This record gives sequence, C-alpha cells and structure tokens, in this order.
Amino acid sequence: MTALTVRTPRVTALRRAVRANPLITVGGAIAALIFLVAVFAPLLAPYPADAGSATHPEMTLLPPSLHHLFGTDQVGRDVFSRVLYGARISPVIAVLVLFIACAAGIPLGLAAGYFGGAADEVIMRVTDVFLAFPSLLLALAFAAVLPPSLTSLTIAIAITWWPWYTRLIRGQAASVAGRPYVEACRALGIPRRRILLRHVLPNSVTPLIIQVSLDFGGVILTASALSFLGLGAQDPTPEWGLMVAEGENYFTTAWWVVTFPGLAILLAALAFTLLGDGLRDALDPRRLPSR
Amino acid sequence: MTRYVIRRVALALVVVTGVVILTFVIADVVPGDPAATWAGPHASAAQVARARQYLGLDKPLPVRIARYFGGILTGNWGISVHTHNPVLSDIGTAAPATLELVIAALIIGAAVGIPLGLAAARWPGSILDHVIRVGSVLGVSMPVFWFALILQLIFADRLRLLPVAGQYDPNLIFTHPLVARTQMPVVDAAISGNWPMFGSTLSHLILPALVVAAYPAGVVARMTRAQVLDTLGETHVQMVRSLGFPERTVVSTFALKLAWNPVAATLALVFAYSLVNTFLVESIFDWPGLGSYAAGSVATLDTPAIVGVTLFVAIAYVICNLVVDLVQAALDPRIRLT
Amino acid sequence: MKMCFLGGQSPPKPPNRGATRPPIPPGAPWPVKLQVRDLEVRFGERLAASAPALDVAAGEIVGLAGESGSGKSMTIQAVLGLAGTMGATVTGSIKLDGVELTGMSPARLRAIRGRRIAAIFQSPGLAFNPVFRVGAIVTRTLRLHGLSAAQARERAGAAMRGVLLSPDLLHRYPSQLSGGQLQRVAIALALALRADVLLADEPTSALDVTVQAEVLEVLRELRDSRGMAILFVSHDLAVIAELCDRVAIMRAGEVVEQGRTEEVIAAPRHDYTRELLAAVPRLGG
Repeated sequence: MTALTVRTPRVTALRRAVRANPLITVGGAIAALIFLVAVFAPLLAPYPADAGSATHPEMTLLPPSLHHLFGTDQVGRDVFSRVLYGARISPVIAVLVLFIACAAGIPLGLAAGYFGGAADEVIMRVTDVFLAFPSLLLALAFAAVLPPSLTSLTIAIAITWWPWYTRLIRGQAASVAGRPYVEACRALGIPRRRILLRHVLPNSVTPLIIQVSLDFGGVILTASALSFLGLGAQDPTPEWGLMVAEGENYFTTAWWVVTFPGLAILLAALAFTLLGDGLRDALDPRRLPSR
Repeated sequence: MTRYVIRRVALALVVVTGVVILTFVIADVVPGDPAATWAGPHASAAQVARARQYLGLDKPLPVRIARYFGGILTGNWGISVHTHNPVLSDIGTAAPATLELVIAALIIGAAVGIPLGLAAARWPGSILDHVIRVGSVLGVSMPVFWFALILQLIFADRLRLLPVAGQYDPNLIFTHPLVARTQMPVVDAAISGNWPMFGSTLSHLILPALVVAAYPAGVVARMTRAQVLDTLGETHVQMVRSLGFPERTVVSTFALKLAWNPVAATLALVFAYSLVNTFLVESIFDWPGLGSYAAGSVATLDTPAIVGVTLFVAIAYVICNLVVDLVQAALDPRIRLT
Repeated sequence: MKMCFLGGQSPPKPPNRGATRPPIPPGAPWPVKLQVRDLEVRFGERLAASAPALDVAAGEIVGLAGESGSGKSMTIQAVLGLAGTMGATVTGSIKLDGVELTGMSPARLRAIRGRRIAAIFQSPGLAFNPVFRVGAIVTRTLRLHGLSAAQARERAGAAMRGVLLSPDLLHRYPSQLSGGQLQRVAIALALALRADVLLADEPTSALDVTVQAEVLEVLRELRDSRGMAILFVSHDLAVIAELCDRVAIMRAGEVVEQGRTEEVIAAPRHDYTRELLAAVPRLGG
C-alpha cells in the first residue's frame, strides 16, 4: 500500500456506489441542478420582477407559451420565473431547520449518552413526548402564536424535528458503548467524555449524513405544506407551496398555476431522498464491499 | 414477558401524561381567550368573566391540568368552546371518518408496497428494481396536497370518472338514507346492505385514499425491499436454496417472513403519522375527519378541543408503538425467548 | 477420543454396522457417485476454485483440506449448482451417477438439490431460518420433494432418531437448540431426504471439541450404514486425517494433491502438503 493515495473505506465505498448506483447520480444531478438554479435565478428567469411584487393585471392566467413557459398566474406573474426563484427558498429553509435540529438534538443525545442514568431517562422521555406530539398540530399552534412568516415556519418545523437527532445520537452512543473496544477503553480508565467524543461522534457521522439527506426532502415537503395552509411564506414570496395554494381556486381552468410549482416540490424532495437512499446504500457498513 | 409488557405500558402512560402537560403549556402560551370564544363575539365583560369561571379557566395551570387528568378517566375531556359539545363526542364523530380513510390508505399501501418490494428484491439491479425504487421514492416525496389536486383534476374534473369531494353523494340520502352505526360510511353502508350507498361511499373514498396511500406504499416498498435483500445474503437462505426450493419460494416464504417485523412496525408508525397529517387531504376533499376538526380548533383557539385532539392522537401513537412491540415479540421468537 | 495422532497410526475403523449397504460384488470398487472434472469457478476474471479431478464414491468420505480462502466453499456451491447465486461462473464437468449436472435445466437441478445432493454448513446457528421451527423446515423440504405430510413427519422423526436426537426437538426454534444439536438436525435432514451425496462445508469448525466428536461419529455412521458419499471440507487437517478415507489438498483455488489419507499423510508429495502437516499442533510436543 502506497502512502501516496489515502483511501478511507468510506471514500472507496462511495466511488464504487456512484458507479453501481444510478440513483445517487440522478438524485445528485437534480440536487445540483436545483442548487445552480437557486444561485443563478436572477440570470435564468425571464421576468425577475415577477418573483417580487410586480403584477400584470392585463395578462392574468395565460396558458403556457413561448413567452411564458409555465404560463401566468392569477395576477399576471410569470410562473416560470417564480418557480425558479422558489428554488432559493425551500432548500434554504431545509438547511436552517436541519441545522437547528442537529444543533439542539445532538448535544442532548450526547448528554443522555454521557450522563446516563437519570439524566438519560429524563432526556429520552422528553424526546418521546415530543415524538408522540402530532407535529403538524405543534406547527399550527406555533403559527397561531407567531405572525406567519418564513422565520416562524422554520422555527416551528425545527421544534418538531430535533427529537429524531437526539434519538439517533443516543442510539449510536448506546450501541458504541456495548462494543468490546469501548469496554477495553473503560477498563483502561479512559473517561466517558473522551469515549463519546473520540468514538461515538465519528461513528455517528455516517448515519447522520444519511439521515440529514433523507430528512431534507421531508422538510421541504413539510415547509411547502405549511405554506400551502398559509402559515409560512406570504404573498408575494414565490414559495412553491404558497403558489399551489394561490392557484387552487383557478385550478380547473388554469391547471398550470398549481401543476408546475407542485412539480418543483416533488422534484426537490425526490432528488434529496434519492441522494439519501443512495448514500445509505453506499455507506451502510454492512454493505461495505466485503463479499 | 409480563414484566416487559408492564414496563412498556408504564412508559406509554408517562409519555401520554407528558403530552397532555405540554399541550396545556402551549395552549396557555398561545394568545387568545377561550372564554371569549365561548361567550361569543357580542358578550359583555361580565358574561366573559362568568364564562371563564364556568370553564374553570380562572384556576392556576397545575390545578387545571390535575382536574383534566381526573376528567380523562371518567370520559370528560372538556367541552369545546366552539361547538359547545363535549370534546370526546366531537372526536367520536370526527375520528371514524379519518380512521376509515387512513385504514383504507394503509391497506392499499401494504397491498401495493409489499409485492413491489418483494419483486424488487427478487431481481435486484434489474430495470424492474430501478423502476420500483424510483416509484417508491416518488411516493415518499409526493407533496400530498398537490397530488390530491392533480388527481381531482384528472379523474374528477377532466375524466369525470370519480366524484370530486365529500364522503358520498348527498342526493342519495333521500332515497337510500344511511344508518350511522360506526360512523364510517363505507362500513355502515355495507353492514346495512345499502348497496347504492355502498357504491357511492366507495367511489368517494377512492381518490382521497389513493392520495394518502402514496406515502405508506413508498415506505413499505422500500422497507420490504431492504429487509428482504438483507435477509437474502444470510446463510439460512443459501441453505434452503441448497434444499431445492425454487427462488420464488425462497424469497416469498422464507425471506419475507423475516421482513414482517420491521414492516409491521413501519405501518404502525405511518398509521399514527397519518391520523393528523391527513387534514390537508381532508380539506381538499371535504372529508369531515379529525384533521379538519383539529385545523378548525386551532383556527378558533378552541383549547379544550386542541387538547382533546392532541391527547387522542398521542394515545393512538403510543398504543400503536405498544402494539408493534408486542406483535414483534409474538412474531420473532428471538425476542420472546430472551 | 484421540484428538491428535499424526505421526502415529490412524485409529481402527468402527465395526461395520451396515444393514442397508447397497449390494456390491466383493472386490469391486464402490460406484463413483460424484465425479468432478476440470471444474473452474470464476468471479469475472478471477479464479476462485479449480479442481482438475475429484471423485467421491458411495460409502466413502473424501476430505477437501486447505486454508480459508482456498476455494473450498465455492467448490461446494458449484456442485450444488448455486455458484450463480453468488455471482460466479462455472465451467467443467460435474457428474452425479454419471449424469452431467452443469448445463442442466434449473427445474431438474432443483429436483436433485436436497433430494440427491444435500449440504450442511459451517455455522449451524446461522443455517436455520430463525423464525421457523426446525421441524417446519424439515417437513417443508420433504414435502417439496414429493412426500405427503404424514410421510414427511414420520421420516423426520426416524431421521432424528438416526442422529441420536429426540424427535421432540423438531418443535423448537433454532435459538433453543445448541450448535451441535442443530448440526445434527441438518444431517438428519439429509438423512430423511435419502440423499446419496452429502457435502459438508466445515461442519465442525464452529463446534466444541466434544460436540465435534458426536457429529463426526454420525457422519461415519452415514457412510457405513447408508453408503452415503460424503465430501468433507475443512481447514482442520487433524479432523480430516481422522475421518476421511481419501483427501484432496487445496491451495489458492487449486487441488495440489490427492490420494488415500494414510498415503498423503505418510508420504506427502507437494511442498504445501508438507507445510500443512507440519503446522498441525501436536499434543505433548
């Protein structure tokens, strides 16, 4: 083995998986596309002002055409431009939500694993309570408290999402604690804190990555659902769920107002879920190349 | 085994208690005065104060929580400040509609997901496998409200194959009145032999059930495929192959049996998840279920109703988990015997 | 029971208990049940196992010795016709009673698998589906190969007695039986199927030494009273020397030496064989 190329099992597995698993490639490609669209929206959109507060009462509800690829909505805005700009919103919400969820959930899970005993029980019961709580109700209640906006949306979803990460980390801590080499560590007198940081955290990176990419799609769906209900983004923000809600009344005559934003939501959730699935297949330690 | 059951039940009770307390705390924080809602928009200050006293809202929070717990066991879940009905009876009217929808969706989801997952595991890496995998991810990534609108557009509006909304054709009420026994229209119609009504309720159930079924179908297909594939790599599968069993029996009899466990667990979780999350579907299809009731109570800040629905769903979730644990122990001798 | 005796005499063979030995004219060689020629098992380009010639006759135990990774298990999978399920390609000839198995239709192969050729595996605890009672697997297999439910139950019970186990154990789940018991149930399955050939892939490697002795005893019994042809694969040269009539030594996927056990041990012709023999630990130095 040369010292020049450092190939960890994870990287090798990843390369092999990308070759073997078309789903990762497809998911990754679409995700990259969404990212690019989000970054270059002002350049790509034919009518950038329509993503803002511009309205064109003289061209409401025009069907798809060369001038307006996705048609126009009920106040005359170009749907295509708005969908493109929407790519800036949903993924960003997802990033924020998952960041908060991890920032809150992981330390709690670590604490449960580190202190053990009573603290562990208490933390896990609280986590269980939040998990049992119908999340949509919680988000609704929150939205009733705070004025509806993207910020309140993000907070509301984050509050319902953190328990999964606490459970994940705590589960990792528990399974690592049972391994023989950890028992050896303890027999040598190594403090629990070090075990948690040096062994539990690195082992958790893989399941964390997988969980985050799978959750990405879920958060996008939840955010758009809440916006559909009017609890998140407000007009004229071009959030996809909101656009579907706005078009609902005209749906039977102007199907394009609802269809294209919804397709965007579907595509975004699909991309990240495929990516997460592919990553899970690739990085699952049992499926690492051995047989 | 009994110790296991007792411990699980105790845990479940703790969680339910926690949920109720959390709900009360949240309801307290949320602005809006239930007493004002009860008294009505034209009430005087004195009437509102009397309402507050009547509803027990003048007592401190811990007392209210304690009284509520006392009430739960006797079946008194409070009185909805909006409808002025006992919350439990409101839930009793609304829940069956959602149950009907969710159960139908789960049946469809399992009936579609398990065979597809099996097929994908039987021929991994094939075109069929890739199609099924993408299909199941599609189901899981589907924005429910959008899917509902699309199906409505295609099947109800353009093709006119299925009804747009509602639980049954309202005109039929006059010619073939529906006797409400279980409050589930399809079941009620079937029980009483009311076949025209049965046809109507069934056709009204199809679209919403399909929409709600997308997610479970996707999840079950993925789970079945993953579990069966995992199992197929194990020694005992090679052994039954060496005994001469055809591959289809190896997969569908021997490998599948090991997958029931996690699939059952998944279905239970999806059931609990769907109970409240169907309300998007319910609002689009005019389905008078728990979701609509919950949305309505939040909109009117109907605290007892909110607490009641939350309690109901939390109990359902906890019971589901409990049932799953017990069923898993029954299905898998390894859990039972250790 | 003598565990290590290399350098001394091999123990006397147990007396012939044969009641059901097939009638062979005295002096004639036993009929060759399994005949393997020019077998090559490949994963893509890589050669996993090759055997230019391997014969197993009725009423004899042939050992396949070699280190882990020498291709012994793949040879067994190839004979069973299951190499394909692991992603390998097989070339060469495998004949059972003179009938060519390679290239046979899957349906005919399935009829042979289990019924004529049976296999037992290294980790008996892993070889049984944990959510099925062991008896269920036995009866299902018997019924698959044409028996009625009643016949299946009867044969299963008789076979269990044949391996010195109580038929009641059939009602248990694999987690309730010990490794040795499970291995004997696997052998009982082969017995109940009236298989002609038994392929044993490291059947005793995961067992305690005393339990190992019981399993070996059962195998000897099968050879003597049923005239089974047994291919015994192992990395443990001591066990092979004790049990097997003839032995083939495998190294890196190739058979490097073959012959009667006493001859190979006394006068090894290949360097590798000599290395293997030298590596066997001896009691008392």
